Amino acid sequence: MPIQSMNGMLRVLLLIAAFSLGVWGHASGVIDEFLFYLPDVQFLAVEHLWLTAISGALAIIVAIPLGIVLSRPSMARWAESAMQVLNIGTTIPTLAVLALSMSLLGIGIVPAVFGLFVATLLPITRNTYTGLKGVSPALKEAAAGIGMSPAQRLMRVELPNALYVIFAGIRTALAINIGTVPLAFLIGAGGLGELIFTGIDLYDPVMMLAGAIPTAILAILVDALIALIAFVIVPRGVNPARKARA
Amino acid sequence: MIRLENLTKVFDTPKGAVVAADHINMEVPSGEICILLGPSGCGKTTTLKMINRIIRPTSGKVFIDNQDTTSLDTQTLRRNIGYVIQQIGLFPNMTIEENITIVPRLLGWNAKKYKERARELMHMIALEPDAFLKRYPSELSGGQQQRIGVARALAADPPVMLMDEPFGAIDPINRAVIQDEFIKMQKELKKTIMFVSHDIDEAIKMGDRIAIFRDGHLVQYATPDELLAAPQDNFVESFLGEDRALKRLNLIKVQDVINSEVETVTQQDSMETALSRIDRSGYQHAIIMVNEQRQPTGIIPRSVAQVSKGRCHDHAQQVPAIVNINDDLRKAVSLMLANDITWLPCVDDNNQLCGHITQRAMTHHLGARFRAQSGNTAPTAPLTEE
Ligand SMILES: Nc1ncnc2c1ncn2[C@@H]1O[C@H](COP(=O)(O)OP(=O)(O)OP(=O)(O)O)[C@@H](O)[C@H]1O
Ligand SMILES: [Mg+2]
Repeated sequence: MPIQSMNGMLRVLLLIAAFSLGVWGHASGVIDEFLFYLPDVQFLAVEHLWLTAISGALAIIVAIPLGIVLSRPSMARWAESAMQVLNIGTTIPTLAVLALSMSLLGIGIVPAVFGLFVATLLPITRNTYTGLKGVSPALKEAAAGIGMSPAQRLMRVELPNALYVIFAGIRTALAINIGTVPLAFLIGAGGLGELIFTGIDLYDPVMMLAGAIPTAILAILVDALIALIAFVIVPRGVNPARKARA
Repeated sequence: MIRLENLTKVFDTPKGAVVAADHINMEVPSGEICILLGPSGCGKTTTLKMINRIIRPTSGKVFIDNQDTTSLDTQTLRRNIGYVIQQIGLFPNMTIEENITIVPRLLGWNAKKYKERARELMHMIALEPDAFLKRYPSELSGGQQQRIGVARALAADPPVMLMDEPFGAIDPINRAVIQDEFIKMQKELKKTIMFVSHDIDEAIKMGDRIAIFRDGHLVQYATPDELLAAPQDNFVESFLGEDRALKRLNLIKVQDVINSEVETVTQQDSMETALSRIDRSGYQHAIIMVNEQRQPTGIIPRSVAQVSKGRCHDHAQQVPAIVNINDDLRKAVSLMLANDITWLPCVDDNNQLCGHITQRAMTHHLGARFRAQSGNTAPTAPLTEE
């Protein structure tokens, strides 16, 4: 009951805030200024999404098999050290990753995609690995005892049971990815970073916000999209989001 | 048939070698349940898992139907062996139907056939198909999950089953029910089963044979009755418990101890006839009265016969208790104790009198086995009636 009334109050406050923001925006002409950037925003947002899509897809394609391979019992000896390396990799700031990538590959889309790919790779690999390692030994033994081949065990038992964790990794990774794309502008790859950094350079807060707000919105939309895909794909029996409806 | 020959497993651990199973030799005839029994850590699970190669034997061989299983590839071997693991291990990502049809699906059955099989299995384990097939394992109770685990192992009708404490997670009352269901099922299915347990009562109830393990050794392998009558050593004896003689009551049927020579009177007989038959047979307490179908309808106590005249029909008293010849001695003893009597009339399934059973005959029967074991031929007391 208190939470509900809090929610209600919050909603009213938000509405009032949005409304006053609109009134202020209209009165001060900010909205018109934003509208001025609309064509740029549209163009750059598409570019932004392409960078995310390409680097993200590549990362998923590489990271999941990598996580699978590392989680195989035959790899157990190296897996932990490999994961340590990846964990250290995660602590390197993404800007530094991009800078390194630029020093290797020069300026343009290719080094940007590569840098984003590296930054996105790690969380997905890590979650794939821990997700698969976390599948209960009893399940693996039951699967083996039933006469499943190693591939069947992976596809029918291990991956479905690790899928929720893997999707969590993909969500984190893509959130990082979208948030990092603006930096890619710095090495000449375009995207909404163009508005943000140019806005900062020119002391033009509206221009900067015209880049920052769509970036935030894209991050939220992509996150929601992945959540939706996870909701649909992860089997109901191992999907915490769907337990309640069982 | 399952035969183990010198089956041995040594685990290499950081603290040195652990011999979990040491030259195990045993044979389970086709269609029988063999219980692997023993305290925790004695190597039951290890022995079981070497049969389907979840654990690779260090040395020794496993034969199934006289075929050396080392010649089979692992998948083929396992698909012909139903396996119920100690931790149940249902696949949480699959519905109950998907879980129990997994082996048929791996074997490539068509949808119609395996769906039918799923319903059949659900009836077998006494769960309503429509209520359960579409659910997920997390939506079932522990006991229901264990039944599904058994159904999954039975799905492709494998001739051999390995079951590791399959009823461990169930409360005692439901466990007894499931055990009964399983015994009934086994009467029809006639699987060759290795069954791990650490519950001696479960072993006696379910097992055709019992293998007692201790520290990786097979100490004794015998039928439940042999085991209870003649434990090999102090370890087995203490493992079986102080009341092992009582446990044997479960194993012996009334018909094994029955005395079928029983005198009776009919309803039309006179009380004099009754008294003379009581005296002639040496019965101390009473004689049974039967009707035309030879069904017991009453008793004539000796004390009444001595003082009364007329037809038996008019003086008969109610039969205090009757036991069926297929009941076990445990029930017979229980009836005697409950009614403060030392003998019981025994009837068959048509309620016809087949004989009687006395406390003396029971103790004699049980004692015969123990005396035979201890070697000295104690005087076998003539079977006198009470
Ligand atoms: N993978 C392993 N590595 C090392 N030692 C093991 C391993 N598995 C089992 N053991 C040891 O082998 C012995 C036998 O174990 P096992 O699991 O067969 O016992 P169990 O009779 O099934 O016991 P419980 O009734 O507790 O299930 C134990 O001492 C155990 O510690
Ligand atoms: Mg065990």
